[in-house]
Amino acid sequence: MPDVRRPRSGRAAQAWWTGIRGAAVCAIALAAFAVILLAAGKNPVRGYADTFKATLASAYGLSELLVRMTPLLLTAVAVALPSRLGLINVGGEGQLYLGAWLASAGALAFPSWPAWALLPLVILLGFLGGALWAALPGLLRAARLVNETIATLLLNYVAPLIVSYFVFGPWRATESSAYPQSAAFADAALLPPLFDTRVHAGLFIALAALGAYWILLDKTRFGVDMRAIGGNPEAARRLGLPVGTWIVVALALGGGMAGLAGMGEAMGIHGRLRQGLSPGYGYTGFLISWLAGGRPLGILFMAFLFAILTAAGDTLQITQGLPYSAINLLLAIILFVVLARSPAGGRRRPARTDRP
Amino acid sequence: MSAPLALGVAAGAVLSGTSLLYATLGETLGERAGIVNLGLEGIMLMGASVGFATTAATGSPWLGLGAAAAAGGLGNLLFGWLVVTRRANQLAGGLAMLFFGFGASALIGAPYVGAVITGLPKWRPAFLQELPWVRGTTLFHYDILIWLAAPVTGLVWWALFRTRWGLGVRAVGESPAAAYASGRDPGVLQYQALAAGGVLGGLAGAHLALSLTLTWAEYMTAGRGFIAIALVIFSKWRPLRALAGALLFGGAEALELQLQARGAGISPFLLEMFPYLLTILVLLAWGGSRRLFAPAALGRTFYGLD
Repeated sequence: MPDVRRPRSGRAAQAWWTGIRGAAVCAIALAAFAVILLAAGKNPVRGYADTFKATLASAYGLSELLVRMTPLLLTAVAVALPSRLGLINVGGEGQLYLGAWLASAGALAFPSWPAWALLPLVILLGFLGGALWAALPGLLRAARLVNETIATLLLNYVAPLIVSYFVFGPWRATESSAYPQSAAFADAALLPPLFDTRVHAGLFIALAALGAYWILLDKTRFGVDMRAIGGNPEAARRLGLPVGTWIVVALALGGGMAGLAGMGEAMGIHGRLRQGLSPGYGYTGFLISWLAGGRPLGILFMAFLFAILTAAGDTLQITQGLPYSAINLLLAIILFVVLARSPAGGRRRPARTDRP
Repeated sequence: MSAPLALGVAAGAVLSGTSLLYATLGETLGERAGIVNLGLEGIMLMGASVGFATTAATGSPWLGLGAAAAAGGLGNLLFGWLVVTRRANQLAGGLAMLFFGFGASALIGAPYVGAVITGLPKWRPAFLQELPWVRGTTLFHYDILIWLAAPVTGLVWWALFRTRWGLGVRAVGESPAAAYASGRDPGVLQYQALAAGGVLGGLAGAHLALSLTLTWAEYMTAGRGFIAIALVIFSKWRPLRALAGALLFGGAEALELQLQARGAGISPFLLEMFPYLLTILVLLAWGGSRRLFAPAALGRTFYGLD
């Protein structure tokens, strides 16, 4: 959790330190992961070199990093925003799928609309899909019935099934019977690509979302309210803050961000609704936000770093036949290193350690 | 519900519920010592992959079972190192274990995708063989984990509620400071409970791979770890109630499979949602009792008495 009492002037320096610490943690984790790769009979040096070539060494590689960063930024904000209230949203994956689903519903329902009407509608629906999917655990939490961590996790398993149901059933494209997917969306619904790459206008949406998060957090009284509730819900309640409403709103806003990520994948990358839209972007977004401590600049930096790491997963799969999910091991080791060396570990008692 | 459907669901409830039961018991042990392991899903995946890989490599499901139990226990010890020794946040540590399980199991299982194994042997005792309504069916044709499910439940109950060790574990879960003051070492008890719970979690995964499906597939536990965490709340942290909860959810899964097999005209994707939605409903109905029945120090980090 971020330290509310920290002086404001140190923000930029803080972000730099976050970056340097993050790089150090990644170096340790990469070394540990290399040992595991060796044990699995793979060549880590070649794997890392291939990853470098595929990402940072060419303009195309860099553009692909931006493609990856787009959903990661949004799913990270989806976690960071509710975390200001002390809420743990692990449901980014499900919210992403629901956003993609509702946006697709709009795109398929009004294919003849012009772009100036259809595109905003689709973006709005993407936000709405994720927001509604997250509002459900928000309501349950606000009513003190179900812990939002477990509810959002469980809903992650339901949302992809909804997408599967539609792409196998009602929306299945007739022209391609071999591969379950929806019909291609109208051009007017697609997020325009930038400079002949796969980077699409969703990147601007992601950056705008990050900016909006930063402004909401730092420059408005809502940010102050949220931090007050996150710091001490009971005191905030006695001050007359509508804590329950804030819980639902924060989770819904966060879910909407993840929904936008799903919308971006469907409208910017695939042009159709498909199963397996996301190789775990929701979970990776959680790591990004958590490691960045919810700080906007930290999220930007971490999203870039994790774009490289997940690209490594793809590279290792292609060049060395490693299953893509093996990259989760690298992410886990990063978390281990951070958790094992965090100030809360061992030395100092944090102000508030228990969470419902 | 027709008679064969009811019978199919009842039989399937036992088959599907066993893995859930072991997982729930494992999580109960840890939570009684005050530690939530959100990474139970990862522990199960490690049990499943290690168990399957060992069985495929050696040809012996018994070695597979042992390896799965060891993998689960070691996994939880690693988790214990994070949250007990390093005093990391339990939710974050649990998520780390979740990712660890995703990645490690994918790596361990990859060479064995599609491997054919002989699963755990199944048998039924002679006296059941004689019953007229059992003969000619596959009823009571169970592997060792199913036969041991009820005894293990009893054992966990006995260990927690009838031994000095269990008293210590529960004391740590309620108040580590009080347990410490009465001469117990909270950390040691938490490690012990976590190790035992991890063994059960590993066995839960092994049952899926070595008996139910006889395959390895990435993410094959499909959220059962999270359902088990919900079942702990449903069972109010009591092993004997966990038995009922596991049968209920095993029944839900079995009903889903039966309806799919019978071609009920409902999309399999919609049927697959059923256990997760039921879990949320159960949490909705029983989650409110959390404050009354949960160990008082659940999820809190003990920083000593300084």
